[in-house]
Amino acid sequence: MSDTNRQINSAMSPEDRPGRKPPFINVAPSPHISDSRADTRRMMVDVLLGLSPAIIVSLYLFRFYALKQLIVCVVASLAAEYFFVRMRGKSFTLKDCSAMVTGVILGLSMPGSAPWFVGALASVVGIGIGKIIFGGIGMNIFNPAMVGRAFVMIAFAQLMGAGAYENVTGLVDAVSGATPLSALKFNGVHTDIAPLFMGVTNGSIGEVSAGACILGGLYLIYRKTASWQIPASILITVALIAAITDIAGGYQGVFLLHHLFAGALMFGAFFIATDPATSPLTAKGKMIFGVGTGCLIMVIRLFSGYPEGVMFAVLIMNAMTPLINRWTIPQPMGQREA
Amino acid sequence: MGLFKLKGFPGTGSFPHGIHPPDNKALSANMAVEVMEIPRTVTLPLLQHLGVPCKQIVKSGETVGYGQMVGKGEAFVSASLHAPIAGKVKRNTMVTLPNGRHLDAITIQAEGEQIPPERIWEDVKFTQWPRDGFSDYGSMDIVKKIQESGIVGLGGAAFPTHVKVMPNDTRVIDTLMVNGCECEPYLTCDYRLMVEAPEVIVTGALLTGRAVSAKEIVICVEDNKPEAIKRLQQATRQTVVQVAVLKTKYPQGSEKQLVKAVVGLNIPLGGLPADAGVAVSNVQTMAAVARSIIKDVPLTHRVVTVSGQGICNPKNIFVPIGISLAEVVDFCGGLTPNAARIISGGPMMGFAFSNLSAPVTKGTSGLTVLTHDDVRKADETNCVRCGRCVDACPMNLVPTRLALAARYNNPEIAAQYHIRACVECGSCAYVCPAKLNLVQLIREGKAQLNAWERR
Repeated sequence: MSDTNRQINSAMSPEDRPGRKPPFINVAPSPHISDSRADTRRMMVDVLLGLSPAIIVSLYLFRFYALKQLIVCVVASLAAEYFFVRMRGKSFTLKDCSAMVTGVILGLSMPGSAPWFVGALASVVGIGIGKIIFGGIGMNIFNPAMVGRAFVMIAFAQLMGAGAYENVTGLVDAVSGATPLSALKFNGVHTDIAPLFMGVTNGSIGEVSAGACILGGLYLIYRKTASWQIPASILITVALIAAITDIAGGYQGVFLLHHLFAGALMFGAFFIATDPATSPLTAKGKMIFGVGTGCLIMVIRLFSGYPEGVMFAVLIMNAMTPLINRWTIPQPMGQREA
Repeated sequence: MGLFKLKGFPGTGSFPHGIHPPDNKALSANMAVEVMEIPRTVTLPLLQHLGVPCKQIVKSGETVGYGQMVGKGEAFVSASLHAPIAGKVKRNTMVTLPNGRHLDAITIQAEGEQIPPERIWEDVKFTQWPRDGFSDYGSMDIVKKIQESGIVGLGGAAFPTHVKVMPNDTRVIDTLMVNGCECEPYLTCDYRLMVEAPEVIVTGALLTGRAVSAKEIVICVEDNKPEAIKRLQQATRQTVVQVAVLKTKYPQGSEKQLVKAVVGLNIPLGGLPADAGVAVSNVQTMAAVARSIIKDVPLTHRVVTVSGQGICNPKNIFVPIGISLAEVVDFCGGLTPNAARIISGGPMMGFAFSNLSAPVTKGTSGLTVLTHDDVRKADETNCVRCGRCVDACPMNLVPTRLALAARYNNPEIAAQYHIRACVECGSCAYVCPAKLNLVQLIREGKAQLNAWERR
C-alpha cells in the first residue's frame, strides 16, 4: 500500500473503515464538475424531438410515401456512417445520433415520389463525402444532408425537380398538384396562406407545414440547441426582400406571406441553417450568416431557374462560415481599443 | 442586462455571459464555524503567496511563541510568516502543496503554554470593533503593519495585500471593493464570516480604505446570501461603507467581472484593478487587516470550508495555518466510501490532489470532496461548434478555437484569438456538450505561445 493510499484509508470515516477498500481517489485538471444535462447526444435527440411535428404532418399527409423516404434515408445514413467510419479506422460514432439526424432531415426534404435509390444515394453521398471525409461530426464544412440532396438534385434532375412533386397520390387532393412555389413561379398562381401554414399543400414531405416547423424550431431555441439569431435573421431578411417585391408589384401582401410560408423556408431556417457545425460561432457571426442566407434564398427564388433556393443558399453560406468566423473574432473584455 | 441597473452604482450588478452551476452551498451554509483543537505540529511552507518565498529567520531547536515571525518577506512582492502556535522549531521538511509546488517548510511542534484557539475566534467575532478614531493611523502605517502581519489575499490567489494597498501617485484608487461574492460552488467560509463576524469586516474595510485613500468602500455580495446581506447592512449602519447586492452568477467573484458589475469599468487586459481606479480584496483579508492593526496580531488562522458529498460531516472550521489537511478531514468525520476527488478550493478552479499530509496554507479557502457521481464524465466527442462556450465565456473569448489551436499546436491562431485573456474560470468546460477539457487545453496553449514567442 502506498503512502497516499494509507492516508486515504485512514481518512475514511471510522464506521466505514473496517473491511472496506479505501475510496479510489483520482486527480484531474479543473473544472471538476460539468453540466450533466448537456452532451452531444442530447443535442441530437433534441433535434429529433424538434423535427417530430414535421414528421407527424408528413406521415399524415403522404402516408406510405413519407414512411418510405424516412426509412430509406435513415437506414442508408446509419449504414453509410458505419462503413465510412470503419474505413477511416475510427471509433464507432453511431451512438451520438448525428447520422440519424442527417437521415431524417434528408428524408423530410425529399419529394414523396422519389424512388428509393435516390434517397439512399443522397444519404451515402451526404454522410460519406459531406461529413466523414472531413473528419466526422463537427468537422464538416457543408451541411451533410444538403450535400446529399444537392447531389441527387443535379444527378436526377427529373426525379427531384418540380415535376417530381406532381404525381404523388396522398390523402389530400391539394398534394397532387404543383408545389405552391412552382405554381407561383411558372403559372403566377398563389396558394392560400392557411393551407400553407398547416401544410395541406404539395412539397417535400417534411417542409409543407410551416406551423409544424415553427413549433419544432421554437422547441430547439428553447433548449438552446439551435440559436435564435440564425432563424430570426433569415426570416427577417426574406420578409424584407419579399415585402419590397410585394409593394413594387402591388400584390397586397399575398406575395410576402407566400414567400414566408411556402417551400422549405421555415424548415431550412430552423433545422438546416442552424446546424452548429456549419454555421458561425459568435452571435454576430450568426446574424451575418442568417442575413446572407436570407438574401441568397430570395435571389435564387426570384431570379434563377429554380423555384426554391434554401438548399443552395445554405450550402453557399456554409462555405462562407470560416470567413465569417475570422471576421467576427470577439474583442475580449478589457481589450484596449486598437 | 441593459435594463438592470445596480442602485447607487454605475454598474449593472452583473456581467455579460457566465454560467449557473448548482451551488451546493446548503451542505455547509448553516454550519456555524467550529474551532479546531491545537494540532501537535504545524507545517509552514515558505511560499504560501504569489511572489518571492520568504526567508526563514528561526533555527531548528528554537522556541517560538504564538504570533512570532518565523519567515521574513524581504522582497517587495513577498509575505512574512508567523507561528500560529507556541512550540519548538523542528527540522525543515519538504511538502507538496495541492497546486503541485514542492516547497521547503518550517515545522513547529506544539510546546509550552498556548492561547486557546476559541479565544482567538471569540476575538474575531467581537462586536465592538471600532468604527472611527483611525486618524492616528497614517496611510503608510497601515500598509507597513499589513506587510509585517504577512497578510495576503485570502480568497485563493494569495497576492500580498500590502502591494495592493501601497499608495501610488500614478494610480489613484477611487473605490475599495470588498469581495464577498464567493461564487465557487460548495464554499461557504466567507459567507459564515459575513454572517457571524460582519463587524470585523467593516472595520478592516474602513482601515484599508484609509490606506488607499478610497472615496468609496463597497462590500459586494451575491443575492443568494440574504442573511449575509442583512448582517452586513446592520454592521455598516452609520459608516461610509456600502453594501452592493449583485446577481448570482459564476464567476461573479472574479476580479474583472466584479469591477465590471459594480463600477461598470473594464480592467485592461494584462492590467490591474488599480488601472480602473479600484482595489479589490476578500472579506477574510479585511478581517485579518482589522485584527492586525487594532489587536496587533499577525495572520495565523483562517476559516476553511470542508464540504462535498464525499465528506461525512461538512463543516466550516477555524484553523491554524499549517495544520495538515488529513487532520481537517478527520475532524469532519472522514471521507465517505464513494469519495472520488479531493480538491483544494472549489470545484470550478480548485486543484485536485491526493496527498493529505499537505498543510492548510493562507490561500486554502476550502476542501471539496466530490463523489464518483459528481465527477463522472461522458466520453469526449469532437467539438460540434455549437458555440455554447462562446455564450458562457465571461471574458468574451472563443474557447473552442483556443483549445483546438492548442491541440494542434498552433500558437499563432491562439494569439489571434487572445488566448492570454483567459482567466481559466472553467465556465466553457462546464457547459461543453462534447465534454472537451477546454481549460486544460487552453493552459497548454498559453505555454505553447510563450515557447513560440521565446524562439
